[in-house]
Amino acid sequence: MPQIPFILSLITFLPLVGAGLILLSRLFNKAGADNAARWIAMGTTLVTLALSVVLVGAFDQSSAAYQFVERYVWFVGAEYHMGVDGISILFVLLTAFLMPICILASWKTITDRVVEYMIAFLVLETLVIGVFTSLDLFLFYIFFEGTLVPMFLIIGIWGGANRIYASYKFFLYTLLGSVLMLLAMLWMAQDAGTTSIPALKEHVFDARYQPLLWLAFFASFAVKMPMWPVHTWLPDAHVQAPTAGSVILAGILLKLGGYGFILFNIPMFPLASQMFAPLVFALSVIAIVYTSLVAFRQTDIKKLIAYSSVAHMGFVTMGIFAGNDTGVQGAVFQMLSHGLISGALFLCVGVVYDRMHTREIAFYGGLTNRMPWFAAIFLMFTMANVGLPGTSGFIGEILTMTGVYQVSTWAAFVAASGVILSAIYALTLYRNVMFGEIVNPALKTIADIDKRELALFVPLIVGTIWLGVQPGLVLNYTAASVEALTATYRAVIGG
Amino acid sequence: MQDLIPALHLSAPEGTLAVGGLVLLMLGAFMGEKSARLVSILSVALLVAATAVTVTGPLGQAFNGAYVADPLAVYGKAIIFLSSAVCIVLGGGWMQRAKIARFEYPILIVLASAGMGMMASSGDLISMYVGIELHSLALYVLAAFHRDDLKASEAGLKYFVLGALSSGLLLYGASLVYGFTGSMNFQEIAAYAVENPSVGLVFGLVFVICGLAFKISAAPFHMWTPDVYEGAPTPVVALFATAPKMAAMVLVARVLIDGFAGSHDQWAQVLVLISLISFAVGAFGGLAQKNIQRLLAYSSIANIGYALLGITAGTEAGLQAMLMFMTLYVVDQLGFFAILLSLSKGGKPVRTIADLAGLRRTRPVTAIALTVLSLSVLGMPPFSGFWGKYYVFGAAVDAGYWMVATAGLVASVVAAFYYLRIIKLMWFDPPVDEVPLDAAPVEARTIAVAGAVFAFPLVIVGLTWIEPLTRVAATSFNAG
Repeated sequence: MPQIPFILSLITFLPLVGAGLILLSRLFNKAGADNAARWIAMGTTLVTLALSVVLVGAFDQSSAAYQFVERYVWFVGAEYHMGVDGISILFVLLTAFLMPICILASWKTITDRVVEYMIAFLVLETLVIGVFTSLDLFLFYIFFEGTLVPMFLIIGIWGGANRIYASYKFFLYTLLGSVLMLLAMLWMAQDAGTTSIPALKEHVFDARYQPLLWLAFFASFAVKMPMWPVHTWLPDAHVQAPTAGSVILAGILLKLGGYGFILFNIPMFPLASQMFAPLVFALSVIAIVYTSLVAFRQTDIKKLIAYSSVAHMGFVTMGIFAGNDTGVQGAVFQMLSHGLISGALFLCVGVVYDRMHTREIAFYGGLTNRMPWFAAIFLMFTMANVGLPGTSGFIGEILTMTGVYQVSTWAAFVAASGVILSAIYALTLYRNVMFGEIVNPALKTIADIDKRELALFVPLIVGTIWLGVQPGLVLNYTAASVEALTATYRAVIGG
Repeated sequence: MQDLIPALHLSAPEGTLAVGGLVLLMLGAFMGEKSARLVSILSVALLVAATAVTVTGPLGQAFNGAYVADPLAVYGKAIIFLSSAVCIVLGGGWMQRAKIARFEYPILIVLASAGMGMMASSGDLISMYVGIELHSLALYVLAAFHRDDLKASEAGLKYFVLGALSSGLLLYGASLVYGFTGSMNFQEIAAYAVENPSVGLVFGLVFVICGLAFKISAAPFHMWTPDVYEGAPTPVVALFATAPKMAAMVLVARVLIDGFAGSHDQWAQVLVLISLISFAVGAFGGLAQKNIQRLLAYSSIANIGYALLGITAGTEAGLQAMLMFMTLYVVDQLGFFAILLSLSKGGKPVRTIADLAGLRRTRPVTAIALTVLSLSVLGMPPFSGFWGKYYVFGAAVDAGYWMVATAGLVASVVAAFYYLRIIKLMWFDPPVDEVPLDAAPVEARTIAVAGAVFAFPLVIVGLTWIEPLTRVAATSFNAG
């Protein structure tokens, strides 16, 4: 197994070092601090991306074991224990990939308190990567909870008019979920006598306690995902967050929930997972159908996309709790693909919002006439969001539905209607915003996207199409880990 | 007579403080008002010296077991004396600004510390009561220290009347306990109670708990806390929030885990109830507060609930968790109050939460420090407050109290709202008026920043030192 010493710690904490550098540059040079902050943030995130690519390149796809493991005694009760498997490594890459895009997206739109903004983003990157790389129960919790603070500040300081309500709702909702998880973690650490996640996966928890523990973790991750009916914080948070904040929220933070299910619920509480699978299917199916219908009725572009995120996350939860290779592979794929697509869609909203400062659908119309490049890009991601074959959105949906079909026919059946519903709301949105004649005089002078904005979209377009036509890129990485996961799961529940 | 010398040697910390305090009083009385600064410096030196004496002193029992010097007492006293010293330092600038800089302030704190040391070291019901009264009397005076201020006088009087009532409850309980066991000594009570359980003893126990709950301001015996926190001078409140809480918690641990070791089932029920009510009152009561000090009062009620959870567990791990929690909490509170003391507008101290609006612009460093401390009290990882909760809830879950722990964690989410409001005001809102903040006293600013640095990132290193210390303190103690 190839080993690069300390690479995980380096990737995790490099952004934090970047944040420190920004602070230093602010102390020594007040006048140029804003620009320095932008460049330092960009440089740090790009180096982090490069290191992540190196990491992915050195990863041994055939092994399901955790790789690049670092393990030290920290202090009693917790260890500094890091490592990646075929699933988490891809999320590290996704995070590292989206971050430079977020920084670039904020390059011109954020003019107030740039130093703090960039620091918040870099700290957030450290915390999110930390969640995906940590293998100790409490280290995981620290990173997981820690993400709330920078995101709270990002929404609250740089958000829209109703930002304070949204930031509170975001913080308190997710905090409530995670304190229950903390309690379960304390219980597990005591029961198993270890805080190491790989060891806990081996540990068999008593069947009597599994449902409660499962529910505690579920409370945390379901809010994070978010699943119906605890999704209501998401549209508020998205609408109020700045564009880059939305990209991070939809692209990465929502994935923490799905990742948590894969890391904790399925391998540690298999009996409870089987017991509650029908509940998860029901909630997922409701999420897919109901939030799609809700999305259709939205008048705010961002809110519509936020609801569509909830619907797409429904496929993920369904796929995970199908508990078979296809389902879990599909769920992981869907999460990665949704990270790219929803990120791109929020960037699209950002493009028109920066020009017109409104997200009302009714305000727009006929943009194709003035913005042909933008129209093409927006169309492409709308289609990817709907799940058009050839884009990554299709692979995720078809895999999860196939996986679920093997376990629960009716759930797959109802979920399939979500594909149609998503086509309805997405295409309606596209028609209302882009097609027709320009009626609103304010739009007569709107400019097409510039080079900076194009640079934002190019990597996302490449990623979406590439994964769509060659899904093996992702699936080869996840295969070994997912097989190990589902094999143990099947063995326990006897399926 | 031959026992007296070793006994005095054992109780040297309290002796140092009592004698030193009286000497300083003479000094102040003869030098007059000018001596305030000198007396403050000497008092701090005295407290530091007492800490050194405590840490290096011998261990054992004295005065027929009435006075105990074990690692638990040593640990508790070190924290108590040091935080008292910090409170004296903090008070200097503020008292001058409020024109009440008098030499009695540090001396009263020194005398209160002697009482608090006594509480931490008490081995029987008499020394427990003497310790409590010794520190309470000094604190009553301190609460009313700003004697021309109506609210301060009200606070002092309220504290005194309710304090006297609680002392009455405590004494009544103690007399019942004595009547049913025939002993004052905690260990003898424990030995007797195991063999002869009786309803009368439980009655006495409940009364003793009620009296102690008043001293730690646990709900439903918290009524005085918000008023006293609001009315008393801020440096005095800083003291109230730290050293006496630590002393009383150590005392509660002594009385319950040691004195009533056999009756864990009985007192654990009472403590569970007190904890639950404290969580609720602390979390919900704080939501509507506009005055920062009232808010901190409610926050302290909730936090005492968490600390009690550790004692409720009744195990070594629980006791250790309580000590960890209180240590980290005391540092948090000192930092918090240092910030309050460093802020004033137009010569008037900052009183309402709304006054913090836009602090980011006017005082960025203070704003960052206050943010860190708020997040820490809120229990956000990786800040120090999280680790306190981590140990307390871990111990509670281990001992099977996971239902109470759940309630506590849910309450902490409610309480998160008001800490978030502080952060929101500082970072999201513009300043409400253009009145500039006054120059901050250097010592308050330094302590504020030091508190924040301790809350994060120093706590990561600090825990590796605190953890073994509390472990020694807890294991030396005969739990169960």
